[in-house]
Amino acid sequence: MNPFDIPLQALLGQLLIGLVNGSFYAMLSLGLAVIFGLLGIINFAHGALYMMGAFGAWILMDKFGIGYWYAIVIVPIAIGVLGIVIERLFLKHLYKLDPLYGLLLTFGLALIAEGIFRDRYGVSGQSYNVPESLQGATDLGFMILPNYRAWVVLASLGTCLGTWFVIERTRLGATLRAATENPHMVQAFGINVPIMVTLTYGAGAALAALAGVLAAPVIQVTPLMGSNIIIVVFAVVVIGGMGSILGSVLTGLALGLIEGLTRVVYPEASNIVVFVIMAIVLVLRPAGLFGKEA
Amino acid sequence: MTTAARSVVSIKHLHAWYGESHILHGVDLEVRQGEVVTLLGRNGAGRTTTLRAIMGLTGARTGSIRIGDVESIELPPHRVARLGIGYCPEERGIFASLTAEENLLLPPVLNNVGTDANIRAMSIAEIYAMFPNLQERAHSPGTRLSGGEQQMLAVARILRTGAKLLLLDEISEGLAPVIVQKLADVILTLKRTGYTILLVEQNFRFAAPLADRFYVMENGRIVLEFEQAELPAQMQTLNELLGV
Repeated sequence: MNPFDIPLQALLGQLLIGLVNGSFYAMLSLGLAVIFGLLGIINFAHGALYMMGAFGAWILMDKFGIGYWYAIVIVPIAIGVLGIVIERLFLKHLYKLDPLYGLLLTFGLALIAEGIFRDRYGVSGQSYNVPESLQGATDLGFMILPNYRAWVVLASLGTCLGTWFVIERTRLGATLRAATENPHMVQAFGINVPIMVTLTYGAGAALAALAGVLAAPVIQVTPLMGSNIIIVVFAVVVIGGMGSILGSVLTGLALGLIEGLTRVVYPEASNIVVFVIMAIVLVLRPAGLFGKEA
Repeated sequence: MTTAARSVVSIKHLHAWYGESHILHGVDLEVRQGEVVTLLGRNGAGRTTTLRAIMGLTGARTGSIRIGDVESIELPPHRVARLGIGYCPEERGIFASLTAEENLLLPPVLNNVGTDANIRAMSIAEIYAMFPNLQERAHSPGTRLSGGEQQMLAVARILRTGAKLLLLDEISEGLAPVIVQKLADVILTLKRTGYTILLVEQNFRFAAPLADRFYVMENGRIVLEFEQAELPAQMQTLNELLGV
């Protein structure tokens, strides 16, 4: 297929879908990067937290008739609390061990969560309606822009920028950065680092759940949605490099777009293009595009 | 120094470990209010570990560490710090991802310092008056500062918290003589203000004129204790113990 024959509408449509996917990659890899930075835990449960975020929104609607705009507040808080419980019950025992143990434990937790939801709801998927206020589309002249997708991109960009601002430009963020570098020293200044670690994991979990709520109206809500996306997100994190907040956000968005482009040019490759890029980056720059060379 | 002065740090039978290795073998040490006490000893004698054990930064600890009236052996590091301790580690603990000023503002001001009327948290303006270089470098990443500037930052950082007890580990190490002199002046100023200071020093000439009392460590124990006035008489023994 000659790339110059592609209709502009189709190209822009796929790029928009790519940008939406990239928004989810960005929010999820951001949370992973923050958690890895402070806890040294490769949080394999991140996909499951995202899945539970989407299910949370669906259950609130289905069982209690509670709508989207409440869910987008309630669900991240609830999953954030769940994150706090997970950290207190399980993760805090692992900090002195090799990161591999954290990965195995969170992988196990993810499998348990997935299994429970599979048993309860099956794998066929539930649909969640776009909230009324964001239904419809806007004609931009050169393309038709579905309002909800525009909202997803804006909300996730806003969340990512907000998180970046807190970490890089505030006192709280300075403390977080310092604790990422040397937690013992920060604790010796009188700062309660263990509490900070717990809250950070809670915040990362809330971020994943927020992505899940945002995703609920654009995808099928299924127990497998977490493991489907988490593999790509880990590839994003590897490509971007573990250390950098902004790096993980930019990489997430860029890879979403690249996936979208590939879907237009050569659809068969769209599911693997991220992994091809990951392989190339690992060979040429093992620490990732934005990571610090060890 | 009168014997009636209140004890700020009182350590008894302190043992400390890093993992399996037993580093401190029963340290007994006391620092009284307003004193400058220097802990001397060879590398590996356990001086740095003693400071880290006070902060709760080693592995297992047994024995007793009283800070003022509080037994702190079971407390986590952040609770120990809040008893009014400022800790400046040997490696300085300057954070690369924070600017000099963010480093300076990192430790929270400790509220429960209380009784020592002269000692209060220094303001940023007072800090910059004492260390003008730090103001010029305020927005540089912490580890871009020169070694001397980093050391001043590490000391300034704990003065901003209002800590009344300062634990300073090898602050003169590897620095140019003019900066070492500056740090000595700072310590004398702090002493006049009424701070209580426990210094770990390799540089005997730096420590000798500053301290009221000296402890010498060897193999994880205190082997010698003497006062400033006894220094000339103790030089022979010191030479043997330290190889200075």
